Amino acid sequence: MIEVVSESRCVECNICVKVCPANVFDATGGVPVIARQDDCQTCFLCEIYCPTDALYVAERADGPLAITESDVEERGLFGSYSRALGWKRGKPGGSELDPTHRIRVAQV
Amino acid sequence: MGLNRKELADKSSLHLQTDVLVIGGGPAGAWAALSAAQNGARVILADKGYLGTSGATAPSNTGTWLVPPGDNRTNIVERRWQRTGNLADQRWMLRTVDQAYENLLKLAEWGYPFPDDEDGRLYIANLRGPDYMAFMRRRVLKAGVTVLDHHPAVEFYFDGEAVTGAAGVDRQRDRDWRVDAGAVVLATGGCAFHERILGAAALTGDGHLMAAEAGASLSGMEFTGKYTLAPYGSSLNKGLPFRWASFYREDGTPILDADGRPLQNGIGEREKDIARAMIEAPVYAVLDQAEPALQDWLRRGQPNCFVPYDRAPVDPFAEMFRVTFRAEGTVRGTGGIRIATSDCGTDVPALYVAGDASSREPLVGGTSGGGGPNSSWAIASGWWSGQGAAAYARRRGDTAFCTSSRPLGQAGLRPAALAKGALTPRDVIDSVRAEVIPLEKNYFREGGRLQASFDKIDSLWADVKNHLSGEGTALTRLKAREAAAIAASGRWSIVAALARTESRGMHRRSDFKTSDPALAHSITLRGVDDIVASSAEQGQREVAS
Repeated sequence: MIEVVSESRCVECNICVKVCPANVFDATGGVPVIARQDDCQTCFLCEIYCPTDALYVAERADGPLAITESDVEERGLFGSYSRALGWKRGKPGGSELDPTHRIRVAQV
Repeated sequence: MGLNRKELADKSSLHLQTDVLVIGGGPAGAWAALSAAQNGARVILADKGYLGTSGATAPSNTGTWLVPPGDNRTNIVERRWQRTGNLADQRWMLRTVDQAYENLLKLAEWGYPFPDDEDGRLYIANLRGPDYMAFMRRRVLKAGVTVLDHHPAVEFYFDGEAVTGAAGVDRQRDRDWRVDAGAVVLATGGCAFHERILGAAALTGDGHLMAAEAGASLSGMEFTGKYTLAPYGSSLNKGLPFRWASFYREDGTPILDADGRPLQNGIGEREKDIARAMIEAPVYAVLDQAEPALQDWLRRGQPNCFVPYDRAPVDPFAEMFRVTFRAEGTVRGTGGIRIATSDCGTDVPALYVAGDASSREPLVGGTSGGGGPNSSWAIASGWWSGQGAAAYARRRGDTAFCTSSRPLGQAGLRPAALAKGALTPRDVIDSVRAEVIPLEKNYFREGGRLQASFDKIDSLWADVKNHLSGEGTALTRLKAREAAAIAASGRWSIVAALARTESRGMHRRSDFKTSDPALAHSITLRGVDDIVASSAEQGQREVAS
């Protein structure tokens, strides 16, 4: 679930407050806060909409792992899902390179 | 407590009028909004979350069921129909694939960035969720639709004959909203019983409860036995990579099936064996059947599936990792609000339904519509329901705004007796989950266990109906209503599972192991408190009250 909002990366645009389908963030006038962590559905979408890769959703959906911002930074995980998709600065990209058709052929 | 006109007259609330109100911002709702707008209607789309990220599609990468026009089309549909447990309807199957094909071509025309296949042709049989839904949002806004994000609906308004609109809460501004509408499209998705799977946070069955309160019937609610493998503790209920998995015990011993063969391919015929093994002890997997080229395609084609592995970290192609089966309720299950007309109208005048909120029995029968079929269904049923609702609103004129209407919401909004704060939404949801989630109760079903589950959930329902209340903020009221909807959906599922005294599709009864030809028809439920089950063969009978 959502675990980190990086204060150093965040530009206080509140896009995460707007786009989170589970409404886990609250706007504060500064850096948004994780107000309802347990409502997080671990969909990773806030990460890809964040224009500055300031958010980190840990892989565990059943509860928090208490990973810290410095761990995430050290392991290069900020923005890693956006990069895998080809999204940049919170904008879509990369679907034209999706090789899933090859998987579907192999699947049969 | 609850909503009433007086509160809504206050400036702190929102009251709008429109021709068509679409409730839900997943693909079905988006297509319905586009279609209604194209048919000349003024459209408001109200979503619990955010149009673009809401629903089960946005976080996923989903195939479509693509059957291009051509000579082979009837054969392909016929072959698929044979796998539906004889419950699907080939007319609906054919018109769904035709409409979905047409609309996927529209998407390409509008500029959605589909990839090319190996022959350089546009590959429209797959939609990458985040990109698809971001694209749909832009398209819906461009069509002039008013989009209300974070505006979950909680109840319908009704004038005695037809639905006249809906009301809900604006959860980020802590106020109420109400929209009077000539017609309503319900596209609220399936009910995932609060399972932590991709997109399921909002899929609490609110639409099912609202529709049933208005008099709509439900169908196929027994088909909630669909589970998908996921890395243990994760939200990634995406089966595709497990096509290339082998399964082990914690000590590395391969798990064998009854014939002594190692268990492989978690999305095929062996699923049942894996479920059985998981009831006994934890199950581990390695995606060791994937060749290097395929590993690369999986990584680049299904990047969401690799987020849990990369963050753990674990190399899923070489190292064992623990897996779980995530329950998928009616999302990849099949049941929902029964469709009564070709344009996706329900039994209730002015109420239309699209996507996973509707029963997909006409398309997939008693099997799962997961992935391709549900995706094509969202497109086609969204399109038809938008047309149907626009036409209804046009015929109706302004009468929806003139008549005196009353709100229909009961359980979770207006308790029948004294509200008891001790009954929390969390407790209600946990009690429902204890009956509808465990593999040993819901994947493998048996009459005695189902009856015991029914007794528990029926007594829970009495408490919910009489005492559950979310007095306080918009958010607490929403949570109480969601818990009530989950309880209602769980109760319907168990009632229908008891009524289907056979095994068919994903409904597996150990006390009735085979299919009964006399039960090759849908089971329809009507009612919220007193549930009446009926089928074409048996006529009506009351099964729970």
